Amino acid sequence: MLCDVCKCNDATVFLTQILEGKMHKVNLCEACSKEKGVQDPTSFALADLLLGIGAAEEIEKGAPAKKCSVCGFSQADFKKTGRLGCSECYVTFAEGLGSLLKAMHKGTEHVGKLPERAQRTMALNQRMRALTENLQKAVADENYESAASLRDQIKQLETDLSNSA
Amino acid sequence: MKFSNMLSTAGEWLRGEGPHHQVVISSRIRLARNLRNRAFPGWAKKAERTSVLEQIRSRVEELPEMQDAFSEGLQDLAALDKQVLVERHLISREHAAKGAGSAIVVNRRQTLSVMVNEEDHLRMQSIRSGLQLKQAFKLVDKIDTALESKLDFAFDPRLGYLTACPTNVGTGMRASAMLHLPGLVLSELINQVIQAVSKIGLAVRGLYGEGTEAMGNLFQISNQTTLGEKEEDIINRLTKVIETIIDKEHDARQTLLQRKPSTLCDQIGRAYGVLTYAHAMPSKEALNLLSVIKLGIDLGAFPEHQRLQIDELFIQTQPAHLQKSSEQKLNAEERDYLRAQIIRDRLKIFAKPDISKMVRESGPSFTNGPSTNE
Ligand SMILES: [Zn+2]
Ligand SMILES: [Zn+2]
Repeated sequence: MLCDVCKCNDATVFLTQILEGKMHKVNLCEACSKEKGVQDPTSFALADLLLGIGAAEEIEKGAPAKKCSVCGFSQADFKKTGRLGCSECYVTFAEGLGSLLKAMHKGTEHVGKLPERAQRTMALNQRMRALTENLQKAVADENYESAASLRDQIKQLETDLSNSA
Repeated sequence: MKFSNMLSTAGEWLRGEGPHHQVVISSRIRLARNLRNRAFPGWAKKAERTSVLEQIRSRVEELPEMQDAFSEGLQDLAALDKQVLVERHLISREHAAKGAGSAIVVNRRQTLSVMVNEEDHLRMQSIRSGLQLKQAFKLVDKIDTALESKLDFAFDPRLGYLTACPTNVGTGMRASAMLHLPGLVLSELINQVIQAVSKIGLAVRGLYGEGTEAMGNLFQISNQTTLGEKEEDIINRLTKVIETIIDKEHDARQTLLQRKPSTLCDQIGRAYGVLTYAHAMPSKEALNLLSVIKLGIDLGAFPEHQRLQIDELFIQTQPAHLQKSSEQKLNAEERDYLRAQIIRDRLKIFAKPDISKMVRESGPSFTNGPSTNE
C-alpha cells in the first residue's frame, strides 16, 4: 500500500482518527509521518493532514464525474495530486471545496488584500445595483424622464464592467 | 547579475542586523499568485507552462526592484547552483527540482526572490534579517501590487487569491521566521513551546531535521491558514507569538546561566575545542556546534564583532556552498574534511571563550561559587 501523501513510498504508519464525527483513515510512509508530525497525535498538523486527505472525498460528493470546462481537471486528479487544475476549478468544484476550506481555514471568506482590478469591479457592481433599484423605482413612479437617464447610465456602466473584466 | 556575483555576496538577511537578531535569524513572507483561467504549473502542458512563463518573467524583470537582478530559467542552472539557492532560502526544494518552463528572479540584495511556475504561477518571497515580518510584507506587497496591474491574477471576491493547493487560498500568504532556540532546547522546554504554538494554528518545525531533533537548534514558525484573516492580522499574531518565544528563550538562557553554569561553559568550551581542532566535520555536527558558538557570542563568551563570521559559516558549510567554493564535486567524506578546514581557518582569529565575561553578565548568583549541581 502506498503512502497517501507522497504516493511513492510504501506506507508503514496506519492511522484512524474521528474528526467532527467522521472517521478518517490515513496510510503514511515513515518520512511523511515524521514530516507531518504524526508522532504527536494531538498536534494541529495531524488534523490538517487528515482533513487534507478527506478533501478528495468531499470534492467527489459535490461533483460526481464533473470536469473543469477550462482545464479538463477531474476529481480523480485531485485525489491523486491534492492540487487543483486552474482557477476555474474553484467554481467547478465549489460545492465539495466549501466544506473542505471550512475545515482547513480560520474562516470561509477572504478578508485580506483586494487587487485594484477587483476593487474597481466591486465598486462598479455596487453602483449597478443602486442604478437598477432606482430605475425600478422611477418606472413604478412613472417618472419616465429619469428612467431614460438611468437606462443610459446603466448601459454605460455595462460597457465599463465588460471592459474591466 | 551573474550567478558568481550573487554567490560572492551574502544576502542581507545573513548579515544579522535586524531587530532581535540574537534569536530571530530571518523573517520571510511568501505570496502565491496565479493567472486567471490558465492551468496551474503542475497541471499545465509544457506549451502552456512556457507561455505563462514568458508572460510573467518579463513583467517581473521590468520591476524597478529587479534592476540588475539575477534571472535564470531552471533548465539553465546546474544542479549545484540550484542547491546553493536552496541553501540560501532563495528557492524552495520543489522549485529546484524543476527544469524547462520554470524560472527564478532574485534581486541584487537577495531580499526578494520570485519563483515562476513553482506550484503556483508566481511565488514571490521577501526575506529580511531578524524579526521584520512587517517590513518583509511591505516589500513583497509592493511588487505584488505592481504586477497585478499588468497581469490578470486569479482572484475571487469570496475566496480571495486562488491557488493550486486549497491550503493557500485567500491571502496566498505564508509568513515565517527562522528562530535560533538553543536555550529552550538545552533546558528541554522546546516541546512545550512547539505544542503550545501548534494549538493556536501556527506551525513550528525544525529547519533542517525533523520535529525536535532540529539541527543547529534552528526552528521555523509559520501560519497554517490563509483564508478568513487579514494579512496584517496574521503577521501581528505571528509577531506576538515570536516575541513571546524570544522572551522564553532569554529566560531559559538566564536560568541555565544561574542553575547550570558549568554545563553551559562545558558546552561552549567543547564546541570551540572541536571546531578549532577537528579535521572531519559532518554537516549535522557542524550546525550543532556552530549553534553553541552562536549562543556563546550572545552570552558574551566571544566578542560581538565576530558574530558575522559564525553566521556565515552556517551557510558556507552547507554541502552545495562547500562544493561551489572548491569548484568541484565532493563526496561526503571530502566535504567533511573541507568543512572542518574552513571552520578551523575561520576560528583561528577567535580568542578562547572568555567564561569570566559570561560570568559577569550572568549576575551575582553564578559568582557565588562554582557549582556543579543543578
Ligand atoms: Zn510518504
Ligand atoms: Zn480547472
